[in-house]
Amino acid sequence: MAAQQEHKFKVIGTRPIRHDGVDKVTGRAQYGADISLAGLLHGKVLRSPHAHARIKSIDTSAAAAMPGVKAVLTAQDFPEIGPGMAAMGELPINPQHMSLNCIARDKVLYDGHVVAAVAATSPHIAEEAAKLIKVDYEVLPHVQSVVEAMDDKAPILIPGLGKGEDGEPTDTNVANHLQFARGDLAEGFAAAEVVIEREFDTSMVHQGYIEPHNAVAQYSSDGQSTIWVSTQGAFTARDQTAFVLDMPPSKIKVIPAEIGGGFGGKIPIYYEPIALMLSKHTGKPVKMVMSRADVLKATGPTPGSHIKVKMGADKDGKITAAEVWMAYEAGGFPGSPVGAGCMCVIAPYDIENLQIDGYDVLVNKPKTAAYRAPGATNAAMGSETVIDELAEKLGIDPLEFRRINGAKEGTAQPAGPKFGQIGFLETLEAAKDSDHFKSELPQVEGRRVGRGLASGFWFNAGFQSSATVAINTDGTANVVTGSTDIGGTRASCAMIAAEVLCLKAEEVHPVVADTESIGHTDMTGGSRVTFATGTAVYEAAQDVLKQLKERAAKSWKVDADKVVFQDGVFTCTENGNESMGLKELAGKLPRTGGPVAGRASVNPRGVGPGFATHVVDVAVDEETGKVDVLRYTAVQDVGKAVHPSYVEGQMQGGVAQGVGWALNEEYVYGEDGCMQNTGFLDYRMPTCLDLPMIETVLVEVPNPGHPVGVRGVGEVPIVPPPAAIANAIYNATGVRMLDLPMSPPRVTKAILEKNG
Amino acid sequence: MKKVHVQTTVNGEETEFLCEPRQSLLEVLRDVVGYTGTKEGCLTGDCGACSVILDGRPTDSCLVLGVEAEGKDITTVEGLADGDTLHPLQKKFLEHAALQCGICTPGFLVTSKALLDRNPNPTEHEIRYALAGNLCRCTGYDKIVRAVQDAAAEMQGR
Repeated sequence: MAAQQEHKFKVIGTRPIRHDGVDKVTGRAQYGADISLAGLLHGKVLRSPHAHARIKSIDTSAAAAMPGVKAVLTAQDFPEIGPGMAAMGELPINPQHMSLNCIARDKVLYDGHVVAAVAATSPHIAEEAAKLIKVDYEVLPHVQSVVEAMDDKAPILIPGLGKGEDGEPTDTNVANHLQFARGDLAEGFAAAEVVIEREFDTSMVHQGYIEPHNAVAQYSSDGQSTIWVSTQGAFTARDQTAFVLDMPPSKIKVIPAEIGGGFGGKIPIYYEPIALMLSKHTGKPVKMVMSRADVLKATGPTPGSHIKVKMGADKDGKITAAEVWMAYEAGGFPGSPVGAGCMCVIAPYDIENLQIDGYDVLVNKPKTAAYRAPGATNAAMGSETVIDELAEKLGIDPLEFRRINGAKEGTAQPAGPKFGQIGFLETLEAAKDSDHFKSELPQVEGRRVGRGLASGFWFNAGFQSSATVAINTDGTANVVTGSTDIGGTRASCAMIAAEVLCLKAEEVHPVVADTESIGHTDMTGGSRVTFATGTAVYEAAQDVLKQLKERAAKSWKVDADKVVFQDGVFTCTENGNESMGLKELAGKLPRTGGPVAGRASVNPRGVGPGFATHVVDVAVDEETGKVDVLRYTAVQDVGKAVHPSYVEGQMQGGVAQGVGWALNEEYVYGEDGCMQNTGFLDYRMPTCLDLPMIETVLVEVPNPGHPVGVRGVGEVPIVPPPAAIANAIYNATGVRMLDLPMSPPRVTKAILEKNG
Repeated sequence: MKKVHVQTTVNGEETEFLCEPRQSLLEVLRDVVGYTGTKEGCLTGDCGACSVILDGRPTDSCLVLGVEAEGKDITTVEGLADGDTLHPLQKKFLEHAALQCGICTPGFLVTSKALLDRNPNPTEHEIRYALAGNLCRCTGYDKIVRAVQDAAAEMQGR
């Protein structure tokens, strides 16, 4: 890989205006819901009002008879997908479950599960018609907590999910159990001076992107279909839709619209296959836009969890053993991120004796999806607060305690593989050196104030990406990728190409292409775009450079290895050192052999994990239980920050979501199993007024697995906040909060209990 | 449903439209008049993505009926720039990287403009208070607040 000397970068590390910026501040950018086509129909769905029920019959006749209604569909109009696993990229998926989550066939498994769909000439007519569909349900007992769902007597969501010793299917809600273990736990705990054991409950929370899900679909009678959608992955949306509709993926073109946030929640599909099926049945394009209530009730939040953490440390502060037990809510279908939680919990520490058990448990809640470092935040709430308590009991500063145990190059991860070059200890050092950490705690009249600290880990992802880079005759370049730009990756990809080609960032035009205009590219997720797609762009730009050198060599009648490129100028090392700027050469391309375009498709393995350490000051109102965040500093090893503003933005955004998760956000279910807080008034995300400025410290320990040293940055900043805030609340009040969210009623209750 | 004729001013232009009485101003702006810069995030007045300036006041257009726009003056995000010249708020949002996905941006810009129109020199708290009805899930608000502060300073010639 290329050298990473920082002083050599000219574009990387600067802060140009993002390429898609003007469109986004003037209202011109086209998001999925902004797309309109001639003859457009509007689709709406009918959803289950029950958490768990058998569908006995559906009568669509009244809806179908309503003027303006063009089609009414139920699962019977969709292909029935058989059981079994399939692969989507490197990820195993279950097409049957995916299909049944889009539209229920025999059973509904959660409040809001889709049972029927309508297409009509206006969204209002479609909505009214959906209400006329009569569904006869046999309501079944439901289960919504993982602990209850794991009980032998629990209602079973999907019969035959388990496998007995004889290989025969068994009835269980535990879809998966995984375990990482090494060393000798008993020996480790015996060697401990202090052992802390705690149990935690965390609530289901939602990504909370402001743009609801949408899809516009056009089915053509030759079977070639087009979907316009706000999705984190055009190819993954295409492939999932193909699975659900039992179509070849090549028959579907997905055109990615701008996307109004995703955070993992716009990787799964919801309306794509329904809109396409409605279009097939009506012969017209169909648009579907989800309501906010439906987004909350029935898309893919991240699981609530029950977690047990037991850790011991000797008198020098060395962790001697760690035992973690975690059960995560999968939702109605298998697939919680408990595996990722197991990989991340205690990963920042070098621990010889450990056992981590993870359970993926079905409950009558929506099928969970990824949410920013999925699984890691729940886990860190457990491990990072127990670590705080261990440090306190041993009389060791919590930052020093983390340093004593901190993972470094060569430390084995919980899952086994050893870390390469990582920057966890550097984040601790930078946190220690921060203005915030060195400052006195601010005092607030009538409130108890406290400071907390927590660290976090996320492994980041690689996966497949493609890119093409083409030189225009005016000496600028176009960069085409298949990566949805959620938060500035057009800019980072363009900047990487600009760096290679010695252009200004503004001289590179980045484009996010549809599924027929670029090679396969996996979803925007796993903090992978600037890493993996950035690698593809780098290699495609190098390909361009190689071709340009050949072109210059041809005109100088020398071999290509006699041409060097520096500071935007090609120079011949023979024949009197002739030289030519890139722009001049670009202008000559049509007459010297034709256009130059480079391409690369990659599946890079050199992923650089991310570590973060956060410091927070809080003020607690002991009477009301309200917790205010007074000051927040996020320190993170970002590898190399390509566009520092957008790296800071990822960190600040992750912190804000983490603060919401810590203090307010939760799914509230009634005894009937239905969600009770289906709007932003009651599902309370942080507003501008709830947060202070969020200070960021970018630690740059380059990732040797990336041409310019990039690590993923988007996810790890959500991991530490709940634990950091819990530790700060303890520091302020002496109360250890064990459940999320740490909302006013819970904090008040804990304080009252402590005060007897 | 019988449609109603409404006469109004949008971004300085006299605008007529026909709408059903049940259609929100948001729906009319987006689907009838064609200003899709104003976004739908919740339809319950909680997220502010649909903010417009209605007779000088920042307003959630999802909570207003289209028919109520009769005789009113409406500014949407499309009305902020003067031709190719961006409004200082738009410029500062770009310079400060105050947007990531951009879906909430029109609402923040419009609400910020309404704030600066009546209070050209707001404190950080006043900015946060004025923008508390607009949800952003990407940025943590830090860069948005700084962009508004900087735009106010520039507009004041500081």
